[in-house]
Amino acid sequence: MCGLCGVLGATHWSDSHASPEAFGDGAGGRTRRGERLYRVRLVNEVLQGFALDLSDFQGTSFVVSSRTGRSEMVGDLMAVWPTAEQMIGRKLDPLDPEVVTRLEQAVDARG
Amino acid sequence: MSESDREIRLLPVNVLTGFLGSGKTTLLGRMLASPAFAETAVLINEFGEVGLDHHLIEQVDEGVLLLRSGCICCTIRSDLQDSLRDLYSRRARGQIPQFKRLVIETTGLADPVPIVSTLLSDPVICNHFRLGNIICTVDAVNGAGQLDRQPESVKQAAIADRLVVTKVDLAARGRIAALRARLKRLNPAAVLSEADNAAIDPELLLAQDLHDPAHKAAEVARWLEAEASELPDPRRSRRGAGNEQAHDHSAHDRPADVNRHDADISAFALTFDRPLDWTAFGIWLSMLLQAHGEDVLRVKGLLNVVDVATPVVVHAVQHLIHPPLHLPRWPSADRRSRLVFIARGLSRESVERSLNAFNRLGDRLHEPV
Repeated sequence: MCGLCGVLGATHWSDSHASPEAFGDGAGGRTRRGERLYRVRLVNEVLQGFALDLSDFQGTSFVVSSRTGRSEMVGDLMAVWPTAEQMIGRKLDPLDPEVVTRLEQAVDARG
Repeated sequence: MSESDREIRLLPVNVLTGFLGSGKTTLLGRMLASPAFAETAVLINEFGEVGLDHHLIEQVDEGVLLLRSGCICCTIRSDLQDSLRDLYSRRARGQIPQFKRLVIETTGLADPVPIVSTLLSDPVICNHFRLGNIICTVDAVNGAGQLDRQPESVKQAAIADRLVVTKVDLAARGRIAALRARLKRLNPAAVLSEADNAAIDPELLLAQDLHDPAHKAAEVARWLEAEASELPDPRRSRRGAGNEQAHDHSAHDRPADVNRHDADISAFALTFDRPLDWTAFGIWLSMLLQAHGEDVLRVKGLLNVVDVATPVVVHAVQHLIHPPLHLPRWPSADRRSRLVFIARGLSRESVERSLNAFNRLGDRLHEPV
């Protein structure tokens, strides 16, 4: 397993990798914890358009929270999306032009 | 344990699919006649009668049959998980021979994706077995009609790694050529061959797969070749420069027939000049497959990942994503990321724009912690 995975034992395809350079070890200097927090930051850029928030839970799980105070714990990235959809009662579609436009504007705003 | 060591240790599993009467069992018998595949177990996902010809098999005990060539043949009496675990357990205890490969022959009406899901998802099974090539037989006489009328037939062909046109001695060359062209449009990255007389190459069909360290580079090279020769080049169809989105004329050039089950399935390729952020890509792909997994039949990609010197291979069947692989080196001087999609009703423009947006977001947010 890659030293930069979220946690030992994780088997989600985006977490685990046999190569030590899978996530850019070396030049990027990303640590396992750094990779995980970076992932949370990226997912939150997507989720904020749906009034949801993701946080890391002790390096082993994630917590999806709504602004009404509802929270659900999930094991990996793949489980974030169905949980989020269930919480807001509609589909999260990365191809939705509104979602894409909002992300493009967020990128442009950051320069 | 390195990636290559793990791949070598796991027993490869080929899924043999194809519509009813398309010649799966005949092809299987011919492939297993090769001495190189004598130590192959066969699981038949068939209720009732065992599908293999009886001259090939003899009953050993309940549920397990031994082929005369030395192969093991086991009908799936309960669910696939139990059958696979049981087969491995018997092998480990020495109750059956130490087979080195497993072939699962599906029923003609089966969707092969749940089989792939079992192999990739079951925590016990995926520690002993790995998915090899998915082989799909298509009947030269009836295949076109089955693709027209049977959605299962389209899906079987769309997710295959190897397509074998059978019964070519019974069909006119023109009909075969039309079927081959249709299969190439549906699944350009699959190796397409004909099951005529001696032309079958069991090594190519069964053994030369993406997870075999000796062949994975060649397999990726095949995808790239197919991408270059079979798929429209988005660069050529771009109108103007800069960030304008690609426009696929090929969809307009082909006659649309809403009655065909493959009419709304298209293969398209995306190319990215800038390296992709692995984390952003993972988030994007997992979200895409959650939203559109039923319509994304296949994704194959060779990625140039930020800060990674060697290419990363990604490979998905519907919502099932194989563990990503590294190639030891780039297959050519072209270091661009390339992704091939076989999808129902999704436009290349929307997929490309969306992935670009996620990747640019990664560029902006990436700060070492």
